[in-house]
Amino acid sequence: MIKFDNVSVSFTNKKGQIVDAVKNVSFNVNDGEILGIVGTSGAGKSTLLRTVNQLQLPTGGHTIVDGKDIGSLSGKSLAKFRHSIGMIFQQFNLVSTQTVAQNVAFAMEIAGHSKEEIKRRVPELLSLVGLSDRADVYPSTLSGGQKQRVAIARAVANNPKILLCDEATSALDPETTNDVLQLLEVINIKFGITIVLITHEFDVVKKICHRVAVMNKGELVEIGDVFDVFTKPQHEFTKTLLSHTFDLDLPGRLTEDKSKPLVKIIYNGEKAENAIVSNVVKLYDVDVNILHGKIEYINDKPFGILIVQLIGKQDDIYNSLDYLSNNTYRTEVINERD
Amino acid sequence: MNETNYSELLNNLLPAFGETLEMCGIALLLAVVLGTPLGVLSYITSKHSICQNRVVNLIVGFFINVIMSTPFVILLVLLLPFTRFVVGTSIGPEAASVPLGIVAIAFYARLVEGNLHAIDKGVIEASLAMGATWFRIVTNVLLPGAFSGMIRGLTVLAVTLVGYSAMAGIVGGGGVGDLAIRFGYYRYQTDIMIITVLLLIILVQIIQTIGEKASRKVQK
Repeated sequence: MIKFDNVSVSFTNKKGQIVDAVKNVSFNVNDGEILGIVGTSGAGKSTLLRTVNQLQLPTGGHTIVDGKDIGSLSGKSLAKFRHSIGMIFQQFNLVSTQTVAQNVAFAMEIAGHSKEEIKRRVPELLSLVGLSDRADVYPSTLSGGQKQRVAIARAVANNPKILLCDEATSALDPETTNDVLQLLEVINIKFGITIVLITHEFDVVKKICHRVAVMNKGELVEIGDVFDVFTKPQHEFTKTLLSHTFDLDLPGRLTEDKSKPLVKIIYNGEKAENAIVSNVVKLYDVDVNILHGKIEYINDKPFGILIVQLIGKQDDIYNSLDYLSNNTYRTEVINERD
Repeated sequence: MNETNYSELLNNLLPAFGETLEMCGIALLLAVVLGTPLGVLSYITSKHSICQNRVVNLIVGFFINVIMSTPFVILLVLLLPFTRFVVGTSIGPEAASVPLGIVAIAFYARLVEGNLHAIDKGVIEASLAMGATWFRIVTNVLLPGAFSGMIRGLTVLAVTLVGYSAMAGIVGGGGVGDLAIRFGYYRYQTDIMIITVLLLIILVQIIQTIGEKASRKVQK
């Protein structure tokens, strides 16, 4: 669907220095998937995303959509191409002087749809995003989540093949974020629209993305299935980005007590569904004291972290650790004796 | 001090008031009709805007700056041949309307441009992403978005023009301001000066009030 072929973008900043916002990025976005691009701010995600609809021209390489090199489009052919790409933004970017219905209609007018067709389709779109009752109000009276819903209705008004989301949930509270993400998922499934979303929050990616690309300082550092990247991050930067998920905070008195080993167990996939902890208790004469833990489900696959204290005789503890290492994704003792 | 003949004053004042309204009205109309597109042109050709064009932008900017930096009295005289060419005469309120209109166009173009710059760039980007042409962005996003500010600008312009129109006396344009200068200042008729100035203050107040009300009414 979308092919980034060695894409680079550099700017000259105000001081006259050349800044490489995107450096030689190559990867593909598959038809019908939801792909997340994550990275810290300034990683070049936004710039890369904007090469898809030529809001930004690559200074090197090509962005190819449906076999067409976007950089070669201009004038009418560019305008026509843009009708087939929807885009939503962090700040919603609704036209404040148009009502909700007019905002949605605006996109269709631009694409040259007839008045009758616009009149028929706008209510459909508003009902899709659950805002039928707000058709005639101005955006300033809406909440952030509602504004983003209008923006989504506007973005999909012309039946685009691709929807670009530029930090679409970053200005929303967690609950509204979930609603908007669910709506995006519905749109992806119902209309088969390919979605590329960029975010600095891995949580967003975990919720709806099929695949994820990680960017750092303008470069693509990793791309893959969300579950794989999340559970087996290859690159240092990805590990740092994910560190908050792996670090469970324990009170100091527990980590300082070196007499009983504290074990962090990370398990994923099918292994997560085995009763590993109770097996340890049955097989070896140890007590397992669960101190902290959480399980995440990514694309319906479980991924869990447990911190447990093993209490028992030295030999039994060694054997238990062996068993855990062999039967989980990763096991580490976090209060190693000096 | 001369004796003031109040009925004579009234006979002078009414036509003068009409002349002020005529001159300022024509200038305002020119500002709206020609200053608005000029302001839009200056905005859309500016750096990183939707029709970036350095040459056009420099020319427009230079024209506006020349008009704005020339003292009005001098402009009035400098434009005499042009005025004669346009309205066929270089005296009277119609003649004074020409230089007044040109100042109004330049001044209003800057005000419009300023209001356009205040419009959220994100909305323009969103429109571009939808495949909108620059013309559609101007008519559907930029002008409606700047409308309230443009009305406020028009108010500022109208008030400024009332002040400038006092100098129209140099080409026989007449008007209330001219009356204040001729009778009140040159002929030491302080009472006439006070009356005319009061009249101008009231006129400005009315313009200001109407302008503010209208601007608030169109704000979304």
